[in-house]
Amino acid sequence: MNSILKVICIFPFLLFACKSSKSDVNKDIENTPKVASDFTIAFGSCNKQNVENVLWDDIMQQKPKKMRINVDGELNDFVTPKDVALFIISKLSSSGATGYFVEYSGRVFKEMSMEGRMTVCNLSIEMGARGGMIAPDNKTYEYIKGKEYAPKEQEWDKALKYWSSLNTDEGAVFDKEYNFKGKDIEPMITYGTNPGMAIPISKSIPSSETSDSKNSYKKALDYMEFNEGDLMIGKKIDYVFLGSCTNGRIEDFRDFASLIKGKRKSDSVDAWLVPGSHKVLKSIRDEGILEILTDSGFKLREPGCSACLAMNDDKIPKGKYAVSTTNRNFEGRQGPGARTLLASPLVAAATAITGKITDPREII
Amino acid sequence: MAYDKFEILKSTGVPLNIDNIDTDQIIPARFLKATERKGFGDNLFRDWRYNSDGTAIDSFPLNNLNYKGKILVAGKNFGCGSSREHAVWAIYDYGFRAVVSSFFADIFKNNCLNIGVLPIQVSDSFLLEIFSQIDKNSESLFEVNLENQEFIIKELNKKEIFKISLYKKGNMSNGYDDIDYLLNKKEDISRFANKFIF
Repeated sequence: MNSILKVICIFPFLLFACKSSKSDVNKDIENTPKVASDFTIAFGSCNKQNVENVLWDDIMQQKPKKMRINVDGELNDFVTPKDVALFIISKLSSSGATGYFVEYSGRVFKEMSMEGRMTVCNLSIEMGARGGMIAPDNKTYEYIKGKEYAPKEQEWDKALKYWSSLNTDEGAVFDKEYNFKGKDIEPMITYGTNPGMAIPISKSIPSSETSDSKNSYKKALDYMEFNEGDLMIGKKIDYVFLGSCTNGRIEDFRDFASLIKGKRKSDSVDAWLVPGSHKVLKSIRDEGILEILTDSGFKLREPGCSACLAMNDDKIPKGKYAVSTTNRNFEGRQGPGARTLLASPLVAAATAITGKITDPREII
Repeated sequence: MAYDKFEILKSTGVPLNIDNIDTDQIIPARFLKATERKGFGDNLFRDWRYNSDGTAIDSFPLNNLNYKGKILVAGKNFGCGSSREHAVWAIYDYGFRAVVSSFFADIFKNNCLNIGVLPIQVSDSFLLEIFSQIDKNSESLFEVNLENQEFIIKELNKKEIFKISLYKKGNMSNGYDDIDYLLNKKEDISRFANKFIF
């Protein structure tokens, strides 16, 4: 959609530049910072820089500062990679990592699946970072091994040896480091008009006194027609959107299906379920997920970006509320006047069943 | 030369005192499908500037006849969100040559420097002074001196020095983007490359 680049396969430690911070380069890759989850350096660039790429095979870049975000311990049940990312962004703000490239480390990311890591890296840009990455491990190598364009046989052994040599050194110094605990993270949801305006789903909207830009804070709440102190749980929702480069992978559909299985979609909700790629669509069919979705009253739409950015006809109407698994809740992002609440596929599923914001832990 | 050379800019300013303005506000995605870099200025801040029926929203500064000029003054973290280069195209096409804020999103800032819009980062307190000066008198003149890296509030005779890399400063004053620069260095690059056997 956005780019003429046709990227075949991305390996650890490659440099990957793409015109968009979120562009649909190739439906099996889907997104730029996300690509970095296997330690490739990937970042959004612009048309001009891509011309440089084609002309010169190199690209002028300023070396970004280094940030490490460590999340240790274990995650609570019903807490997904999306919640981890929204939690971090809510702590750092939508500009907290501007000028940095982020390495995510700690047990939470070690135990995360490759797809989950992609979700986290994908959202790095939402706190201003040029990109995010997670050190490759056996999970990464397993993920790449056997892919169509992956190195084969001796080449594979050589590549593996090289990749394994490039992890961050013990005692490496970062320009900035943050430490969080996995157990402190709850299912998250946004209430405002940037991804940093996120809170645990069970909490109420903070007072504007907590914000250092009160005017913008109030403008955001006015746009959303929310009030300080409102509880998020129970607010009526008109649309649920599962999809996008952030949460349009097979694991996201598995999560969604696990929660709605045997239940009915609320009649008051329009649910748009959009696989990130045709490959994901195929897996949804092959794994029997389509049946679960259909039995519960859900329909799939064609793979693509769909309502993430209101570039085509999939738009959330003016004034309507949408719980979306996407990456940006800016004013009008999903259509002029549309109100977006970012959340995980599990929160989206729970909300689709009840028609109002629902904690997935409450759905039994 | 990709854009007009930037030398000394004397202009009034257009205030947009809102923090965290993202590129979806600067130019909504539905306007990105153009195949030519033309006319983006018409849709700059589209949904803040116009109602859905196309009528102008009078309270928005771009529709306020008191505010005009080539300098856009905005709240902190300007240009966050999508990396769309079109945001800067729209700002340039509308007629702005400089954006002043106390903080810029990274990719947006780089795009600005490549397209001919000078991003001027000033302190929070100086930004407040600029806003209050425009508030007092919308005819207030500002001067941007790229050579000395100064932003001057003429009436108060107050100035602040802003930062810009030497490379980008050279490009802005020559009207070069990165490609112009590289093309100018083509011989040097070939000579350097030929020294190595890859």
